[in-house]
Amino acid sequence: MEKSIEEINRKIREGNVRVVTADEMPRIIGELGEEGALEEVDVVTTGTFGAMCSSGAFLNFGHADPPIRMERVWLNDVEAYGGIAAVDAYIGVTQQSETRGDEYGGAHVMEDLVSGAGVELHAISRGTDCYPRRSITTELKLEDLNQAVMVNPRNSYQRYNAATNSTDRTLFTYMGTLLPNYGNVSFSGAGSLSPLQNDPKLRTIGSGTPIFLCGARGIVVGEGTQHSPGTGFGTLMVSGDMKQMSRDFLRAATMQHYGVTLYVGLGVAIPLLDLDMVRSTGVRDEDIGVDILDYGVPRRSRPTVKKVTYAELKSGRVELMGEEVKTSSLSSYRFARRVATTLREWIERGKFELSLPTQRLNSTKVAMPMKETEPMPTVKEIMSRMVHAITEDESIKTAARKLLRGDTNHLVVLDHAGRLVGIVTTYDISKSVVQEGRGGLVKDIMTRQVIRTTMDEHLDIAAQKLERYNISALPVVDRDSRVVGMLTAIDLGKLLERRWKR
Amino acid sequence: MKLLLTYSKRKGGEPIIARIVKETGVLITVERANIDTLAGEVLIDVPDESARMICDLIKSRGAEVRILEQGIVRDENECVDCGACISICPKDVFYMDHEWKVQLRKGRCILCGRCIVACPHRALSQSQ
Ligand code: SF4
Ligand code: SF4
Repeated sequence: MEKSIEEINRKIREGNVRVVTADEMPRIIGELGEEGALEEVDVVTTGTFGAMCSSGAFLNFGHADPPIRMERVWLNDVEAYGGIAAVDAYIGVTQQSETRGDEYGGAHVMEDLVSGAGVELHAISRGTDCYPRRSITTELKLEDLNQAVMVNPRNSYQRYNAATNSTDRTLFTYMGTLLPNYGNVSFSGAGSLSPLQNDPKLRTIGSGTPIFLCGARGIVVGEGTQHSPGTGFGTLMVSGDMKQMSRDFLRAATMQHYGVTLYVGLGVAIPLLDLDMVRSTGVRDEDIGVDILDYGVPRRSRPTVKKVTYAELKSGRVELMGEEVKTSSLSSYRFARRVATTLREWIERGKFELSLPTQRLNSTKVAMPMKETEPMPTVKEIMSRMVHAITEDESIKTAARKLLRGDTNHLVVLDHAGRLVGIVTTYDISKSVVQEGRGGLVKDIMTRQVIRTTMDEHLDIAAQKLERYNISALPVVDRDSRVVGMLTAIDLGKLLERRWKR
Repeated sequence: MKLLLTYSKRKGGEPIIARIVKETGVLITVERANIDTLAGEVLIDVPDESARMICDLIKSRGAEVRILEQGIVRDENECVDCGACISICPKDVFYMDHEWKVQLRKGRCILCGRCIVACPHRALSQSQ
């Protein structure tokens, strides 16, 4: 048996269409079988509600008198991109306010507009013959704009990786707060309720597919940026009219020490055309694999700590390294269900018809990493190969002499095999003079937990270590903990300064 | 009931809590303590019926005390029931109910403040 989209739409118009939400499908298939499910159900609605940083809106303000060709544009002190025509701008959700930092950003501007609040527009221009005005400041509400079109380059990820943290300090990431020593696991996405999980072959979701977007009727523009269905990470570029949107499905948020983002509610209605679609909408949380990655490793390919499923993540606990670890979600499953049920009601009431894509999306491609043409700046480049060393059984006085002679502030402490076991600084020595009573040897005053780097570590990572631990030099070690150089904050500072100037 | 005790070391810095436990025999649980060289802040849990008496005793020893009635409060207008607060709370204050709504067991809160910054929607705050 097969069903055509026309047949389904006729049922929608006649008011006898049968719609269910995606989370009900496994049960229905279990009860009726695949054939029975196809006969019984016409449409499956999906939904997701989570942080989608790659979002924003094109706004058109209309012309002022005398007119202005806006070059730089701010909305409530959040800069919007003004490099398009005279009175248009694109506000991106992650852009931060110039006065309020990450507590207010592009996402908040959009939430304010959708909530009906006034937003201050400020723009400047060089002035031209046809657009003489040089600046403007005015307060606008959503209703005062000609258009406010949400265009999100990358939404609705098919699935996400989950995050944990092996290091000994709390990390603040776009995956939320990650406690030290695998203290928790954070995940995102609606699992089996997610739109792309229910149509991984992208048969019914493609350019032109009508969708639910933040309470409005929106549309799929095409494949999202970073679209990588070949690795299970498909994405969608979507668009919708902000004037129809509701705060119920659009919320600004701030990830601590990371930045501003927008929670977007997005849903797709999937027509059950044939048995193949029945099977794909029958996906369960147990079927969807998720890698838990270690965000303590600051590289593009983070190591997988464990492979689990959405079902396990949603249970609230997983076992990691032999211990039970609490899991929690960043996206809201409750709101995702609300998206799916609202879309279901729209269809049941004949307010929303379906259509097949005017253009299919690629369902096998894989996103490429960035091509980098400049060699990666590593510690090797700027470290000093001059190392001043001492052993732990030498006296503090010897250490002081070595520091003076070497004109340096750091002495690395080596064991008999030449391996790094500690570090002493001029500060440690001065302190030992003031606090009498401690022993007279290097080992009595040295720091044993030495923060270190390696020759091939990226300079930005080394710089982050200096900053985070508030120290001024890092010993550079090889695989056997032998010190091959020193990286100082002064050398690094000079280099970073040059880079920012570009 | 949770009491927040603050004292400065200059006023003796004596082991106030230990003394009170010894004198009264009331069981006091220390839930959280921030103590540095000059001052201390200690959060304790005491049985409701002895709270008044314990408060008076603490005050008579020169420390300040405040009853924390509420713990953490949530702004329902901002919360989206994501659950980000669940896994970072050391006291399991938050949990997901059957309707996927996040619920609070306020009595357990020790006001460590972790969830306040971890909530992406700024829905949590310390009531006072
Ligand atoms: S983290 Fe904030 S928004 Fe999410 S459930 Fe907790 S209180 Fe609500
Ligand atoms: S303040 Fe601390 S103990 Fe209280 S709810 Fe928040 S995280 Fe839990």
